Amino acid sequence: MPWRLLKFALKSKHPEPRMFTAHSELKESYDAVIIGGGGHGLAAAYYLARDHGITNVAVIEKDYLGGGNTARNTTIIRSNYLTPEGVRFYDESVRLWQDLSQDFDLNLFYSTRGHYTLAHTDSAVRTMRWRAEVNKHFGINSELVDAQAVQRALPMMDITCAGHAPILGALYHAPGAIARHDAVAWGYGRGADRRGVEIHQQTEVLGIETDASGSRVAGVLTNRGHIATRKVLCAVAGSTPRLLSMVGLESPISIHPLQAMVSEPVKPWLDPIIVSGSLHVYVSQTARGELVMGASLDPYELHSTRSTLDFAESLAAHMLDLFPFLSDVKVVRQWAGMADMTPDFAPIMGKTPIEGFYLDAGWGTWGFKATPVSGKTMSYTLANDRPHPLIEGFSLDRFRRYELTGEKGAASVGH
Amino acid sequence: MKRLPPLSGEWIDRKQPIAFTFEGQPFSGFAGDTISSALAANGQRIIGRSFKYHRPRGLLSVANHDSNAIMQVQHHGRTLPNVRADVTPLADGMRVTAVNTRGGLAKDSLHLLDRLSAFLPVGFYYKAFHSKRFFPRWERLFRNLAGLSELDLHSSRRRTPKAYAFTDVLVVGAGPSGLAAALSAADNGAQVMLVDENAGPGGSGLYARGGQDADARQTLQLMERVRQHPRIQVLCNTYAAGYYADHWVALITPTEMVKVRAASVVFAQGAFEQPAVFHNNDLPGILLASGAQRLLSRYAVAPCQRVLVLTANPQGYAAALDALEHGIEVAGIVDLRTAPGPASTQLAERLQARGVPVSTSAIIENARAGVDGCVRSVVVKTRGQDDVATAAGQTHEVDGVWMSVGFAPAHSLLLQAGARLQMESSVGQYVPSMLPAGIFSCGKVTGVYGFTSRLTDGTRVGEQAAAYVQRRAPKPRSTAGTPGMMEMPNHPYPIVAHAKGKNFIDFDEDLQLKDFANAVQEGFDSIELLKRYTTVGMGPSQGKHSNLNALRILAKLRSEAVGRVGAPTARPMFHPVPLSHLAGRSFSPERATQLAGAHEALGAVWMLAGQWKRPEYYAVAGLSRAAAIEQEVRAVREGAGLIDVGTLGKIEIHGPDAAEFLDRVYAGRYGTLTAGMTRYGLMLDESGVIIDDGVIARLADESFYFTTTTGNSASIYRELGRLATQWNLKVGLVNATGHYAAFNLAGPLSRRILARLTTVDLAQSSFPFLGLREGLVAGVPARLMRVGFVGELGYEIHVPVHSALHVWEALFAAGAAEAIRPFGVEAQRVLRLEKGHLIVGQDTDGLTDPLQAGCEWAIKMDKPFFIGQRSLRILQKMPKRQHLVGFRLTAPGTDLPQEGHLVLAGTEMAGRVTSVTRSPTLQAVIGLAMVTPAVATGTGFRIRIDGGREVDAIITPLPFYDAAGARQKLAEAP
Ligand SMILES: Cc1cc2nc3c(=O)[nH]c(=O)nc-3n(C[C@H](O)[C@H](O)[C@H](O)COP(=O)(O)OP(=O)(O)OC[C@H]3O[C@@H](n4cnc5c(N)ncnc54)[C@H](O)[C@@H]3O)c2cc1C
Repeated sequence: MPWRLLKFALKSKHPEPRMFTAHSELKESYDAVIIGGGGHGLAAAYYLARDHGITNVAVIEKDYLGGGNTARNTTIIRSNYLTPEGVRFYDESVRLWQDLSQDFDLNLFYSTRGHYTLAHTDSAVRTMRWRAEVNKHFGINSELVDAQAVQRALPMMDITCAGHAPILGALYHAPGAIARHDAVAWGYGRGADRRGVEIHQQTEVLGIETDASGSRVAGVLTNRGHIATRKVLCAVAGSTPRLLSMVGLESPISIHPLQAMVSEPVKPWLDPIIVSGSLHVYVSQTARGELVMGASLDPYELHSTRSTLDFAESLAAHMLDLFPFLSDVKVVRQWAGMADMTPDFAPIMGKTPIEGFYLDAGWGTWGFKATPVSGKTMSYTLANDRPHPLIEGFSLDRFRRYELTGEKGAASVGH
Repeated sequence: MKRLPPLSGEWIDRKQPIAFTFEGQPFSGFAGDTISSALAANGQRIIGRSFKYHRPRGLLSVANHDSNAIMQVQHHGRTLPNVRADVTPLADGMRVTAVNTRGGLAKDSLHLLDRLSAFLPVGFYYKAFHSKRFFPRWERLFRNLAGLSELDLHSSRRRTPKAYAFTDVLVVGAGPSGLAAALSAADNGAQVMLVDENAGPGGSGLYARGGQDADARQTLQLMERVRQHPRIQVLCNTYAAGYYADHWVALITPTEMVKVRAASVVFAQGAFEQPAVFHNNDLPGILLASGAQRLLSRYAVAPCQRVLVLTANPQGYAAALDALEHGIEVAGIVDLRTAPGPASTQLAERLQARGVPVSTSAIIENARAGVDGCVRSVVVKTRGQDDVATAAGQTHEVDGVWMSVGFAPAHSLLLQAGARLQMESSVGQYVPSMLPAGIFSCGKVTGVYGFTSRLTDGTRVGEQAAAYVQRRAPKPRSTAGTPGMMEMPNHPYPIVAHAKGKNFIDFDEDLQLKDFANAVQEGFDSIELLKRYTTVGMGPSQGKHSNLNALRILAKLRSEAVGRVGAPTARPMFHPVPLSHLAGRSFSPERATQLAGAHEALGAVWMLAGQWKRPEYYAVAGLSRAAAIEQEVRAVREGAGLIDVGTLGKIEIHGPDAAEFLDRVYAGRYGTLTAGMTRYGLMLDESGVIIDDGVIARLADESFYFTTTTGNSASIYRELGRLATQWNLKVGLVNATGHYAAFNLAGPLSRRILARLTTVDLAQSSFPFLGLREGLVAGVPARLMRVGFVGELGYEIHVPVHSALHVWEALFAAGAAEAIRPFGVEAQRVLRLEKGHLIVGQDTDGLTDPLQAGCEWAIKMDKPFFIGQRSLRILQKMPKRQHLVGFRLTAPGTDLPQEGHLVLAGTEMAGRVTSVTRSPTLQAVIGLAMVTPAVATGTGFRIRIDGGREVDAIITPLPFYDAAGARQKLAEAP
């Protein structure tokens, strides 16, 4: 038992202060306004205050802190991407993750589990080898392993997948991890709050104002009043198209639902994270013993977080192909988030044609793992008005320039 | 606890005893018992340990609304995890154990955690254990402490059927209002499906008797009418797990999932009784009054001998009367209210007449356990200001406490269906304020509690549902929904603070009152944040017994009305659903061509291509895989080979706009193609990226026949159909993939072999390269196309599928003298690579355009439009990001590069190998690589192979084999 828990037993009153100050009023102006109190918005606020000394900042969240995709995601953290831009960027994120719990003095349950992406076809084996080679080239711990190695690591798995999709090998990525998503938002929120950032929950941005020329940000209109500011960071994931339309910008983002489900807790039996692109399934077991399961994106555009039965049915069928002994394990809950998808499965980060309007979007199904590095690089970009070197490959105008950063091969089911 | 003498209407069959064990001890019950009722009948009061503090726990809801009654069961050789004992029928030979104990239920050594609870406040695990060095150890400890059942990792897959059903009206819940709704809908002409999660219908109409039989008799009459009604189907032991868009409801029976599309749905699911909160409110023996009533009337089990009833509504008084009726002594009624309402007062008079003391404005301040760990006494005090007790108290020695202080309506499915709720102050609960079209609700879920009112409500709503289905206006009624019994069923705050805590809100998660105050103090002061920080409602019972009290506490802490703090979002599942029910039998189609048997006989080694099974190569005794493939390659280059390509997508398009349509969807030009000729086609997406390729043949002026790759056939057919509709072109598309078998007869001797079988004139002059001819092959009508994928003289032969085997065998017979050989996918890959042909998806990736792939020849930029053309115009003006080039290893050793290995420029990554093979024809290692422009303009590069070693490659113009293309145009047989 750690000593620090002693204080709870010894003090008569709960010895913990508020994590987030409640602000009754919005100020008239801020040096910067961050729209979206998800992990990304809060991380940007935290690093703006901590690393750049910019503390006169408001984070505007229409609902509650960390309640968007941050609260819905299945928390897979990895850096085994396919493009040099992606690999460098996510690798930096994994590095930041390692120290985050200690930085925050808050246990994020950052748990390194190892991550298997299963290959059931020879074309998948080719892609896995390619990813492994690119990863290794950049010093990232990934390797292509054969079916026997998979079976040795996971003796309980049916590597024939009920006979209809035998596993030929896998991409094994030792740093693959999971973390407690809510705590990430709280850690960044508390850290920002302590440094003077104001977090305004239940406050919705209704409009963004530009100056007379129309090309420079001047302020933000909310349901609780007007704020003047010359810098706005838009970090609203599934609401990005709506926010962009407020400043007359367009992006190739389309919104698709992404669903997930969770089982009742059972005793630990699964350490690593398992992903199968061919079967459209991935699973990990949380510290509480629940199995968190997901699949690929819903195939159509929809701005909604409804759940579907066919999702649960096909995911369950594929789970049992891999793990037949889970037949009697029960699903307690399913849910969905709105994923902001880009054509090349890479994010959109950095400056925009509107001066003072910075965009952090296109996080689709893969953005949780990027929370620390996106906060780091976006705060840099905001503070210096120039894109951080790690995000140059992710600019909005790459789509006009046909310079896409093709991550589809590494991000379609493996989030 | 004990089994009572036989009761009329009991659910158990005393003629069928059942033997089972619990924690290794022999027990017995009857058919009709649940595990919970049988344990209770055997006097087993402690049935499990709590999740966090490992406190002994007993039955609480007897309705599957708490996780106290979660067990592990071994039966028929299977270990069933997390079994819900409250609703699982007892079966002979079951071996039941408690979950998550160390050393068994009685001696669980982890009960020490209860003593340590002061160190482990809400969210304690966020506050410590996170030093980088020690976290992994702590995590292992936590993981082992958490989790309920163990899994048997060797148990086999359970294959569960699924059924589809349709009905006019689906009624969920067969209590009094649901029965009335079902009857009324059916009487008005609708087909009705009535489901209930219990083993039988009747709901509270049967068990909440109040010492009288009138309501139960009326309920039985309704049940009988329902049973006999020709338009009502009743499904018991069945719960609605989720509501999905358009009245699509998942019903879970013990053996299968039934997916119902209902024209209209009536939710009559009643309400979950809620616990009162006081110190030690979780001691075994303290249970919900309705739970006790269920035990009494369904299973004839008396949960205790002497009970104190804690209440705030007439239902509690009624339960006390039921206790007396069954010979249980009632130590007293403790009513939280100062002034009980008229219904309570009436019942109280009956109780007092039988000597039961009733105290009002009173609370249970705490409960105490006896040596057996179960409730032995309670301290009753007067309720003072701010929900604390006044000093003086009275101790009651009891072995049971029944709580009846309020209900939470079961409206999660209603919310999933899109209903809006509002707080109704007269009943102190949320009721629907807006229901979407076709969705109805009645009974307690809408705040109607009185027995007769529920019947009236159900009758009204049943008629409305029928009217909705019949598209008519509902019949007018004199009284629109009579209000419930004129007494509030809910106490607004049945919660008592206590210095020592252990007053539980969420029994699944071991959450106490102070946990909420502490969480709010830390800033988690909205319902969603509070839920996430405390984990209230996140356990196996998903808040059924805890969400309402959590809301009340939050509202109080924020000094707001309960109706203003919102409620957590409702999501499926209503009760947890086994993966096997969701998965069903799992239908994974596997496709094989008509020739599968023939391939098998020829020694095919199979591979999967999408859903298709294809021969990778044909094994030859005594030859290695590589040697067998090499023989196949040589056969094609030197004689003749035959490959089954029936898996290709095959589409016919007819109509005046057919050529126009193809000109838009493919990058080449087809309007100018003459009938009887074929042309290669590249399909692009809007951004100019290659997504598919195939051969397009013109059959006649307005008819084409074309192929797609095997993997893409379904999606391309679908997309083309969409485009044809969107563009409003006069075309008809026919998916002919399954209509035709196809083989490629290739090799210099192929003409000679085919000539023996066909009516088509094969002379070069009348059937040139890329030509298409129709005629008979082996007496069967066939389409012949001269194609060149493998780079030899060759004929793709398309015949109706039912003739596939006949033609295949005829070709082998005809080619016997030429030693014709079957060849598989692998040999074809080698052959096409020698010829420098790319495979879409292997040599191209999600960003490859035709310019990078060296396919400029296949795009016609001067057409008015094709998909991807606009992007290509822009791309043509820009430097290329990557190029596909051919290469050959300068000094091939034993270790070959593999597809996916990196191309290096110095130490920089500069591309990757997309295809590579040892070419038998060229006696060299050749391949394709996607490389940077700088590398492409050089002469060679290095490839990093396995083990980090590097090999040298030189860039080689394509094709590697027969650059002049003479072989495929071969005029006459050599
Ligand atoms: C089911 C699912 C599984 C996933 N799994 C993974 C995974 O395993 N690994 C991974 O890396 N990623 C995963 N993701 C993706 C990941 O969740 C997201 O990319 C990431 O959380 C995005 O964080 P964010 O802070 O940008 O967005 P969010 O957390 O969505 O925050 C945006 C916030 O903006 C607020 N907002 C919107 N409009 C306004 C407005 N007008 N005014 C004020 N506030 C507004 C919203 O309320 C919201 O709180 C998954 C996503 C889903 C849905």
